[in-house]
Amino acid sequence: MSKILVIAEHDGKKLNQATARCVTCARQIPGGAVTVAVFAADPAAVAAQAAQLAGVQEVVTVAAAHNANALAAVLAPQVVALAADYSHVLAASTAFGKDLLPRVAALLGVPQISDAMSVEGAHKFKRPTYAGNAIVTLEAPADRKLVATVRSASFEAAAGGGSAPVRAVTLAAAVPSHTRFVSISAATSDRPDLASAPKVVSGGRALASKENFDLIFKLAEKMGAAVGASRAAVDAGYAPNELQVGQTGKIIAPELYVAIGISGAIQHLTGIKDAKTIVAINKDAEAPIFEVADLGLVGDLFQIIPELEKALAK
Amino acid sequence: MRKILVGVKRVVDYNVRVRVKPDGSGVITDGVKMSVNPFDEIALEEALRIKERGEAAEVIAVSVGPDDAQQQLRTALAMGADRAILVKTAELVEPLTAARVLLKVVEKEQPELVIVGKQAIDDDAAQTAPMLAALWDRPQATFCSKIEIQGGSARVTREVDAGLETIEVDLPAVFSADLRLNEPRYVKLPDIMKAKKKPLDVIELGSLGLSAEPGLKPVLTEPPKPRSKGVMVKDVAELVDALKKKGLVS
Ligand SMILES: Cc1cc2nc3c(=O)[nH]c(=O)nc-3n(C[C@H](O)[C@H](O)[C@H](O)COP(=O)(O)OP(=O)(O)OC[C@H]3O[C@@H](n4cnc5c(N)ncnc54)[C@H](O)[C@@H]3O)c2cc1C
Repeated sequence: MSKILVIAEHDGKKLNQATARCVTCARQIPGGAVTVAVFAADPAAVAAQAAQLAGVQEVVTVAAAHNANALAAVLAPQVVALAADYSHVLAASTAFGKDLLPRVAALLGVPQISDAMSVEGAHKFKRPTYAGNAIVTLEAPADRKLVATVRSASFEAAAGGGSAPVRAVTLAAAVPSHTRFVSISAATSDRPDLASAPKVVSGGRALASKENFDLIFKLAEKMGAAVGASRAAVDAGYAPNELQVGQTGKIIAPELYVAIGISGAIQHLTGIKDAKTIVAINKDAEAPIFEVADLGLVGDLFQIIPELEKALAK
Repeated sequence: MRKILVGVKRVVDYNVRVRVKPDGSGVITDGVKMSVNPFDEIALEEALRIKERGEAAEVIAVSVGPDDAQQQLRTALAMGADRAILVKTAELVEPLTAARVLLKVVEKEQPELVIVGKQAIDDDAAQTAPMLAALWDRPQATFCSKIEIQGGSARVTREVDAGLETIEVDLPAVFSADLRLNEPRYVKLPDIMKAKKKPLDVIELGSLGLSAEPGLKPVLTEPPKPRSKGVMVKDVAELVDALKKKGLVS
């Protein structure tokens, strides 16, 4: 039997949806019992949300002042201590999970599977490599602990309605003081979250200025969509870094993805391959984005966006 | 600080359209352009800038890989690294192996800082920095977009999903470079000539008492499922109609 430990990601108040997707992956592991671990200063609220995820058998909480902010160097020895009773340790392949789990794997002396995209067996997973251009099936040794990050875009979020018991644990693990949290500057907005929004409107280099990029924000607002951006748009300062979509930004799987003035470099496409419907608007009919688009429109975005807004207002 | 160690991986160039071998045993690399992993170039650039600010004395480029990785180390030397070390193996190098090798080099060289790319664009694993930091029992700062050295510690800005996080770490530490940390310099011809005379040590991985045998067995490599062919619409009205039919706009 597999005993699977999923490390919850949260901001102290809210459980991240990526964790609910990770739970879905965990549930697909044959013979698996799923436990969610919440490390926090005060885990109660997040633990209550984790307990509601369908298929979760137990939630364990580790309350400690040093867990107020997620620092990999502080969390890793605690995860290792907790992992003693489990066969698998999983976390979402977000900035949080990518920072933490390799540290855990190395402390455990095992290799890690990054970005698991499908479960092929208790120790066998598929994952994308080369910006999604080659899918590799990897088999991990069955007699070792398996550590993996889970590609959120490949799994639906676990439904609610569960009522798993919550158990508080105290860990003996020594935590280091060599790493200290200073601050986080998170853009607070009431816009939908890029990672989990069902609709996303993205802008590229073609927007040509920060002011013009407002066109993307306005269109997104009208459509109830989150905003994304290509690397070129982020590098040029038109959009903040957390909006970058792609191999080295966010990997997303919305119902609708609208790419405006984005050429469709492989590094960008790998971030949107799992979108249900891709719309491309580009003035160059040869742009590679049209090779993956379900609906393509050739034309000048500065004409098309206002027309689109008008048509949507009707 | 005396030394900064930088990881340099030889990877398929980012402009190459990678193809899977028909027998599913991997991807085609024969005759394909190979380069320094772009994130490692950024890591090296940062190390060079720290040195040029007078905050470090020496920058050492280290690669774990095939004999041909000497080419990428020569590029690193041309960019400005003082010397280079290749830890040679013909096996495919897993991140845990790379971290174990780098730890050996760290133990020998005693750097105050190790900078590597946040991920390599071949396996996209993003593991080496945290794994090395764990094995070395030192701080890590992954996905760095700003690094300020402050004597025995450093203040680092990290690109995280919510925005930008700032942490402070004691040195020695391991950092991983994100895209916006800097823009790497171009290599000039005279630098390539100069680089030929810089020291490049080649050591066999086995001589470090390590094995490169992978812990994860690649069972099959296959191309991704293609998306079904889309349609071109002629104007905005047609686009909105199509979206309405799919129930994506009201
Ligand atoms: C290591 C590495 C990692 C990377 N990671 C990422 C990543 O995570 N995400 C990412 O996006 N990129 C990434 N890139 C960069 C990627 O290779 C491309 O450079 C980038 O995606 C290009 O952005 P773009 O499409 O906005 O710009 P361009 O490629 O310059 O495309 C602009 C497009 O706009 C069109 N256009 C111009 N004017 C108009 C107009 N008026 N109306 C309509 N269309 C117009 C043009 O025809 C063109 O197709 C990475 C690159 C490297 C090397």
